Amino acid sequence: MSAVPPWLDDLLWTYRNVVVSLGVNGLLALSMYAVLAAGQLSLGQAAFMGLGAYASALLTLRAGLPFWAVLPLSPLVPVGFALLVGGPTLRLSGIYLAIATIGLGEVLRAVYLNLDVLGGALGLSGIPESAPLWLIFALLAVALLAFWRLGRSRIGRAMEAMREDETAALAMGINVRRYRLATLLASAALAGLAGALSAHATDFIGPNDYGFEPAVAILSFALLGGVGSPLAPVLGAFLLTLLPEALRGFADLRLVLNGVVIVLAVLFLPRGLLAWRMRRRAA
Amino acid sequence: MLAQQLVNGILLGATYALFALGFTLMFGVLRVINLTYGFYFTAGGFVAWYLTTRLGVGLALALPAAAVAAGAIAVVLDTLLLRRLRRARAGELASLMVTLGAVLALYAGMTALLGPDIRRLPPDVIGTGALVLGPVRVTQAQLLILGASVVLAAALVWLVRFSRLGLGIRAVAENPDVAGLMGIDAARIAALVSFVSGALAGAGGVLIGLAFNAIHPYMGEAMMLRGFVVIIMGGLGDIFGALLAGLLLGVVEVLTAGYLDSGLKEAVGFALLVLVLWTRPAGLFGRPVARRA
Repeated sequence: MSAVPPWLDDLLWTYRNVVVSLGVNGLLALSMYAVLAAGQLSLGQAAFMGLGAYASALLTLRAGLPFWAVLPLSPLVPVGFALLVGGPTLRLSGIYLAIATIGLGEVLRAVYLNLDVLGGALGLSGIPESAPLWLIFALLAVALLAFWRLGRSRIGRAMEAMREDETAALAMGINVRRYRLATLLASAALAGLAGALSAHATDFIGPNDYGFEPAVAILSFALLGGVGSPLAPVLGAFLLTLLPEALRGFADLRLVLNGVVIVLAVLFLPRGLLAWRMRRRAA
Repeated sequence: MLAQQLVNGILLGATYALFALGFTLMFGVLRVINLTYGFYFTAGGFVAWYLTTRLGVGLALALPAAAVAAGAIAVVLDTLLLRRLRRARAGELASLMVTLGAVLALYAGMTALLGPDIRRLPPDVIGTGALVLGPVRVTQAQLLILGASVVLAAALVWLVRFSRLGLGIRAVAENPDVAGLMGIDAARIAALVSFVSGALAGAGGVLIGLAFNAIHPYMGEAMMLRGFVVIIMGGLGDIFGALLAGLLLGVVEVLTAGYLDSGLKEAVGFALLVLVLWTRPAGLFGRPVARRA
């Protein structure tokens, strides 16, 4: 740790939880961005995160796998659930996916609570803190870069076309269903990764960490930023993670803030607070 | 044993059906998944709690008062949140998101103001006696719920199918613009539907708060999972479908808890939802609808 100056080391130590939340929430905001950018609404981001967290904790604690093996394996569980729930709903109107994913979060909370293998109400503790801070931010940077590159490609344009007008996109020969399934699975994988990282950065996970409130909070990150570029939702997440630190001890007020942000963003700022759009070279 | 389980299932199902009626009505007419619906349920429970414990009012007065209060809240929230989106012809996802944000703010705000504690209606608002028929036992609270569900569902069907207002409601559900051209005030119909849905939810909150003996800010949220399962199983916007799906869900949950494992109750409901989406997405009793641009 000699490379890090002592004041920075102290700062990181004191605010470690906040720093972890920044990185994890940034990843979650990107996972929300992935679905919103394709014009669909999944409210299962917190549920997917929880599945990744529980899968990773069980793989570490019960199966004894090393962290480098756990990290790529655990997102497979949320991807499987996304396939189960998203498969049928993508043929239907967008509200079905939203309802099914919000229901997924509710039901998983009940399952975690009731199954003793999953720790019940006590959750799972004693998870080794094997996710270093730099790794969280490195993965965030990689994901951001990937979305940035994607946004400027043919795929990104197809997604934007679907978001703006689904029927027109279909008429242009875009395979809307396939793109939507792909973005949903990518988003579930990313949320699962965020869950595995946060579980291995905080040593404890519980059944109430992935329910209704975090699901809404993740949506508020993305809507505050807007979906004009992948950076915007990440900045939205940073803002909404740092701002309420001033409101510590008033958890309810934090949630009110998340809710109000969504209401105001949808009603008055449909393009988000950071409403610039990614620049494109002329084709 | 089985007879009692089935009766319990039907009584539980009646509460789910009662909860989902207004939810599905709102979607059927206004074409929005209004997630603030759970809050009307909470609000109804709290109004009845306040009236009975603080003012000593009887249930016969507290129940309709709670329903009216919840209906009024529904109209206010619809006006604040959804009218602007309806006018701008925003997509269905925009209204879903706005109500999602609003409902979290409402639950959390209420918790911050009133605390998360579980409140109970005074035990003397309803008799403790029970009806015993052979091996089957039914409490007075359960009977009240069953009776109220039947009466409210019948009243709703009458309103929508047979009254002049119902004709307007169905016209708006079919096509708000054309209804407007026919001289129907679509904004007034929207307010009316919000009021009726909110009142149904409020009444549901009182009755279910009574049956489960627990009233707390997030009680509506806890009920939403059942609401989703019921309205999708019944077919979005289908009142009869919601009634049948509610009863079915209640019976399935009670049988699961009785014969398998009580921890699987919620999971079974959700599994039903996913199964319906895969096999009969228009609902168990619905017919597929052509998709329009």
